[in-house]
Amino acid sequence: MLHIKCPHCGMRSQNEFAYGGDASVKRPELNKEISDLEWDNFVYLRKSLRGKHLELWQHISGCRQWFKVQRDTATHEIFKTLKANEDI
Amino acid sequence: MSQNFRLENIGLINRDKKISFKFNGKNYFGYEGDTIASALLANGVHLIGRSFKYHRPRGFFGSGVDEPYAIVQLYRNGESIPNIKTTEQELFEGLEATSVNCWPSVNFDIGAINNFLKIFLPAGFYYKTFMWPKSFWHKVYEPFIRKAAGFGVASIKHDQERYEHKYEYCDLLITGSGPSGLASAYSAAKNGARVILAENNPRFGGSLLTSEVNIGNQTGREWAENIITELKEMPNVIVKNRSQVFGYYDHNMLVMSEKISDHLPKTKKYSPKERLWYIRAKEVVISSGSIERPLVFGNNDTPGVMLSSAAKEYLKVYGVLVGKKPLIFTNNDSGYETAIEFKKNGIDPVILDTRKDPKSEIIDEAKNLNINIKFSYVVVVAKGYKKVKSADIAKISEDKKELGTIENVNCDCICVSGFWTPTIHLASQSGNKTKFNKDIDAFVPGISKQNETTLGAANGTFTLEETLKNSFDSGYELSKKITNNDNKISFPIVVEKKSTEHDKFWCVPLPKGKTYKRFLDFQNDVAVSDVEIALKEGYRSIEHVKRYTTLGMATDQGKTSNLNGLQLVSNIENKIVPEVGHTTFRPPYTPVTIGTIVGREVGKHSRPTRKSPMHLWHEKNNAVFVDAGVWLRPRYYKQGDETLFEGSKREAKNVRANVGVCDVTTLGKIDIKGPDAAELLNRVYTNAWLKLPVGKARYGVMLREDGIVMDDGTTTRISENHYHMTTTTAQAANILSHLEYYLQIVWPELNVNVVSTTEQWAGAAIAGPKSRDLVQKLFPKIDVSNEGLPFMGYVEGELFGIHARIFRISFSGELAYEVNVESDNGNYMWEKIIEIGKEFRIQPYGTEALSTLRIEMGHVAGSELDGRTIPYDNSLEGMVSKKKDFIGKRSLNRKAFMAEDRQKVVGVVPLDKKTSIPEGSHLVKDADAKLPNPKLGYISASCWSVEYDNPFSLAIIKDGKNMIGQKLIAMSPLKNKTIPVEIVSSHYVDPKGERVRS
Repeated sequence: MLHIKCPHCGMRSQNEFAYGGDASVKRPELNKEISDLEWDNFVYLRKSLRGKHLELWQHISGCRQWFKVQRDTATHEIFKTLKANEDI
Repeated sequence: MSQNFRLENIGLINRDKKISFKFNGKNYFGYEGDTIASALLANGVHLIGRSFKYHRPRGFFGSGVDEPYAIVQLYRNGESIPNIKTTEQELFEGLEATSVNCWPSVNFDIGAINNFLKIFLPAGFYYKTFMWPKSFWHKVYEPFIRKAAGFGVASIKHDQERYEHKYEYCDLLITGSGPSGLASAYSAAKNGARVILAENNPRFGGSLLTSEVNIGNQTGREWAENIITELKEMPNVIVKNRSQVFGYYDHNMLVMSEKISDHLPKTKKYSPKERLWYIRAKEVVISSGSIERPLVFGNNDTPGVMLSSAAKEYLKVYGVLVGKKPLIFTNNDSGYETAIEFKKNGIDPVILDTRKDPKSEIIDEAKNLNINIKFSYVVVVAKGYKKVKSADIAKISEDKKELGTIENVNCDCICVSGFWTPTIHLASQSGNKTKFNKDIDAFVPGISKQNETTLGAANGTFTLEETLKNSFDSGYELSKKITNNDNKISFPIVVEKKSTEHDKFWCVPLPKGKTYKRFLDFQNDVAVSDVEIALKEGYRSIEHVKRYTTLGMATDQGKTSNLNGLQLVSNIENKIVPEVGHTTFRPPYTPVTIGTIVGREVGKHSRPTRKSPMHLWHEKNNAVFVDAGVWLRPRYYKQGDETLFEGSKREAKNVRANVGVCDVTTLGKIDIKGPDAAELLNRVYTNAWLKLPVGKARYGVMLREDGIVMDDGTTTRISENHYHMTTTTAQAANILSHLEYYLQIVWPELNVNVVSTTEQWAGAAIAGPKSRDLVQKLFPKIDVSNEGLPFMGYVEGELFGIHARIFRISFSGELAYEVNVESDNGNYMWEKIIEIGKEFRIQPYGTEALSTLRIEMGHVAGSELDGRTIPYDNSLEGMVSKKKDFIGKRSLNRKAFMAEDRQKVVGVVPLDKKTSIPEGSHLVKDADAKLPNPKLGYISASCWSVEYDNPFSLAIIKDGKNMIGQKLIAMSPLKNKTIPVEIVSSHYVDPKGERVRS
């Protein structure tokens, strides 16, 4: 069970959190004309990285904030956690 | 039976307390503090079971967690537990145990015929023999193998015991209370660290219990006792015996199983049987010690052959002689310690040492005691079937390849010592890349990956002085890092006898012309010849050799066999052991009961149960409940001996004819506030929201980004910047997270707050033609006429002094209102509705009637919004705005979603108007078409229409819009039904929706 530092609450066990996917994915702006390919990439295509991965988690049984975690997908080492509005 | 093998004045057992027990139906007694193994050995019982493959007689090999043979079926307090290690199970009054894997009895076992057929059961035998014909596997081979093989029998009874889970945090977790564990725990605790010290055995002290050493001016055992006593009194220390740390997971999370009641005849009241600890430790000290390695020779599995350290423990801890004519076979000094203990207790051992001329203090002591020592000698084969009677021994050449003349010596046990294997399981599980230490011929932990430190014998340090020094230092250093304290305690003087190098020799060659089985893995009957075959057949990876031969795969997980297996592979392959590598160590280190892992999460406790504030009323009124997510909802209110079908029909009919009330508290409710609330709704729902006036509700549909419908519900504008959203019961939590995601990550510029209010509001849906009359009586001050409170209107009012929210919304398709009050007032509201509603012939209705009402109205719900359908499929395309953008809109342009013959929801009526169509039935053109019969659609929901008194179903069917009027077949192979049906509109009742607006 991972030990994750919520940027708002501090160190907590993994069972308080929910995983939320790749944090580098940006939703296309509303009302913007984009190609099928761009949209499909946004909806479906994700990298399956081995190594450092910036991802979203939500402190679902805590402050309910979404935040970013930089984690090694192979070793589970967590390098850094950031608030939603912070960049690595 | 008398205890012929028990000594008078030695051991740590409590001789004042006799304990009687049964083994294989026969009565024995032992003492408090005995294990089943020590008590049976005291009674001279060596035959305990039969081996897995050849059904060879099995005795005791070890004295603890490493035991490969001596497992039994245990009976305790009406429960039966398989594969209990007799070397670990403590005696309790009335204990009963039976042998496993033998039939009809341990003394006469029919399966032993395999032993004489062993030439036919080599490595991979099952793979090779039972391959074909394929159809034989299930019918012939598997039942046969299952009957002949296997150990204990799992109970099929419901386990009545209670198991618990516990979470704990500490600075240092120390796994094992031998010298390294005690020293590091003591020095860290004295430096202010929060310490957990876990010991698998009932007794603390590890090797100090049996070794002849002095620490300070005390014996090793006294020192251990005093340290433990002091630790137990310290407030910052948790000391646990009978507790095995069995798994090391990410981020220094370890799991430990504590056996609280297994040593008692019955679990005490208010106490669990076992407890699983989740321990998050800042630092972990692995002080798990080492396990003695066997030496390999002919018939080395004969009962009476055992580890020399086990013989010593039986003697010193339990006062039990494992034999009276012991033969000690060793390649190192440890065997001498056992021999010396025998000698001191009046028994004359013979030592066979594989070394030529070793010199050390221990060997000198043995010589001074006039113990018969034969150097450069080996045991060639053990003689005797159910018990060792003698041994063929021989001198061995210096290159260890040639045997001299075979001599036969009488003996009743053979104590073997092949040096020590550090217990590195936890270190390896932590991710530590282990390394091979040539000096001790074994793997030791390498560079730490997590915050773990391995000390003492587990790290390959076999002298007490060095172990204690390292452990005192480590305990201090590790605790200093955490506590910043600087309280270092002084290091005691250690007196121990120096030993000399061990011999790398471990496997005795076969004499010419002999084919004795030489076993590596005692539980799975894997012999040297099996590994040789595997290698000859081309298996190279040690992981493959393991699986092909089953070496190290039994319940003991190869604690005594793995390293010898590796040595054999490396010898044959002419490699060194580190090139061969070791197989992966995985949790659990030793078997853990399923009960411990499951804990309290059994049956109804496996997840929380949520009840509405009206739950007690429902119970009192004969509600039959159904699980709706984690909620319990009334399915119907049973009158007399009504069935579900009859009851729900009555309730639904009453809604259509009079008025009904339904508990809708379980609907998800989200409170939305902020100046940008309307903008948020406009983006998450498919329809337009910017112009919804205050005091109005609107139905909305949400999509996922991939265009699939996620949820639907109504949202009401309470005031200028305040909305009340409802979601389906099942999606409530997901929708909240969904909104939070978009607000926090995607559109943080929106000034909106969302919070769940599901539990703050109790809800009652009042539906039926007489609902207005009832609501008017409930709220006499409010105008609830069609003009005063039109369809989709909202108003607040007082329900007999209680603040209430009144929504004119309808799920049943009837004229309906939904009243919400604060949860604490829910039951009051409910009782008032029932009381006032009497004159209008009100009846409560459950989820089954609710479904009936919505199905015949063609309102889609969870069974249509199933995560595979888009708005069009549910005839919700009218809800999709063409003007504005929203979540998932771009996906609706996908080709398949716009296909001409896209699936769509329709109604289905059986032609005979009698036969109900099972949900999940497939719609096909021709019942007798060639398989696979092309499927046009499926039945998503079925009910008995109370409006027309015939069955009605909803279906999702390809090209749905052009299917109305067609005659098809509904097939349910599961229910074995073939029903001719007609496709009709999904809006079966009141297709124009006049009633809700009336």
